[in-house]
Amino acid sequence: MVTEAKTSVKRHIVTLTVNGDEHVALVKANTTLLDLLREEFDYTGTKKGCELGDCGACTVMLDGEPVNSCLILAVEADGHSVTTIEGLDQNGKLDPVQEAFVNHGAIQCGYCSPGMILSGRALLNRNPHPTEREVREAIAGNLCRCTGYVRIVEAILAAADANS
Amino acid sequence: MIVPQFEYLVPQSLQEACALLGQHGSKAKVLSGGSDLIVKMKNGLAKPDYLVSLKNLDELKGVRYEAGTGVIIGSRTTHNQVIANPILREKYPSVCAAAATMAAYQIRNIGTIGGNLVNAVPSADMPPILIALGAQARIVGTAGERVVRVEDFFLGPGRTVLGQDEILAELVIPDQATTGSNYVKFGLRRAGALAVVGVASSVTMAGDVAKDVRIILGAVAPIPMVAREAENVLRGKKVSDDLIQHAGKVAAVESKPINDIRGSAEYRRNLVDVLTRRSLKAAIEKGHV
Repeated sequence: MVTEAKTSVKRHIVTLTVNGDEHVALVKANTTLLDLLREEFDYTGTKKGCELGDCGACTVMLDGEPVNSCLILAVEADGHSVTTIEGLDQNGKLDPVQEAFVNHGAIQCGYCSPGMILSGRALLNRNPHPTEREVREAIAGNLCRCTGYVRIVEAILAAADANS
Repeated sequence: MIVPQFEYLVPQSLQEACALLGQHGSKAKVLSGGSDLIVKMKNGLAKPDYLVSLKNLDELKGVRYEAGTGVIIGSRTTHNQVIANPILREKYPSVCAAAATMAAYQIRNIGTIGGNLVNAVPSADMPPILIALGAQARIVGTAGERVVRVEDFFLGPGRTVLGQDEILAELVIPDQATTGSNYVKFGLRRAGALAVVGVASSVTMAGDVAKDVRIILGAVAPIPMVAREAENVLRGKKVSDDLIQHAGKVAAVESKPINDIRGSAEYRRNLVDVLTRRSLKAAIEKGHV
């Protein structure tokens, strides 16, 4: 079968609100949300791990809900709103989940931390006082190879306590 | 890891989407959530020239109840939306529970119930419970609409009855007399694991007589498998522990598991026995859970 020579690749305009700021980019259809955030918009706090939706390092909030940005095409996110780890602090003050991660030694190499913290923040947004089991379920899609999860779970529970 | 290039098509109506699929045939694929398709494309297992995005078809989203018809679930409803839906939580919490066994929270925000069916993986978690509840698939194509039982939707691994210009639009769980249902899954981990075996059952009890029984086995045959002989062990009978024990054994014998990385055929047969008994007991004693 003759394949048509592709002389030009069509690009699409994508408008995205990232951490409250509107961004516009011209992207190829095969660009992932992850690559758009990192390569075009410089939100490199969002990490690239397995790229197959297993590790959760690329977790961002899309319209407030955590998703794997490696599995979402940038064109599909057009018109939506994204929160990355860079958008969690309020006027230079860390989010309580971030604060708790620091205080509880929940960060070792740090590669999973942005995704882990966003999953934790999203959990506390929908369930301000989770049980340990609920915390573990909420971060089941975020792999950490350093901590053994104990301090991460402690930190999220502590941030929940700080809420009350 | 790069998604191979493709042309991105964004129809504004279901009819337009079907027309695009018909026009491009096997070169086109439907993009619903993408949690399976994008992974396949990155792995080189799918290389469509066209992706037909359903993102603007809001009519395929959400869950509603229509008196006389039943609970209608749009195919683009995500797993987390299924889990949180008040109508399903009230009428068929077993469907919510089945969705909650899947993957992890972030993936459940992306993956859709329609995608879970159309992907037609033998270990998929939604088909067994939907079949146990007699669900139907509303399919829309260029020639119109047709309705197929979910039980008849699958042809083999990755293969369904959908024609090239057809889209799975909705799932309908009809109003029914069943008194209990559930899905019991055994995976190698609590999250992020495919079913080694999954068993769904539904029962219609009248006193201690099982007027009707459905037992559906996942991950032990090329498609979700109805354990007909095991159903017949209980159907119309007064239930007892002995009969449930027997049904488990019969289901294990009639299942057709294979050896793979997640478990041997022998292990899976044993799981079918255990999980069938657990599922039946819960359906009889606990209602829809």
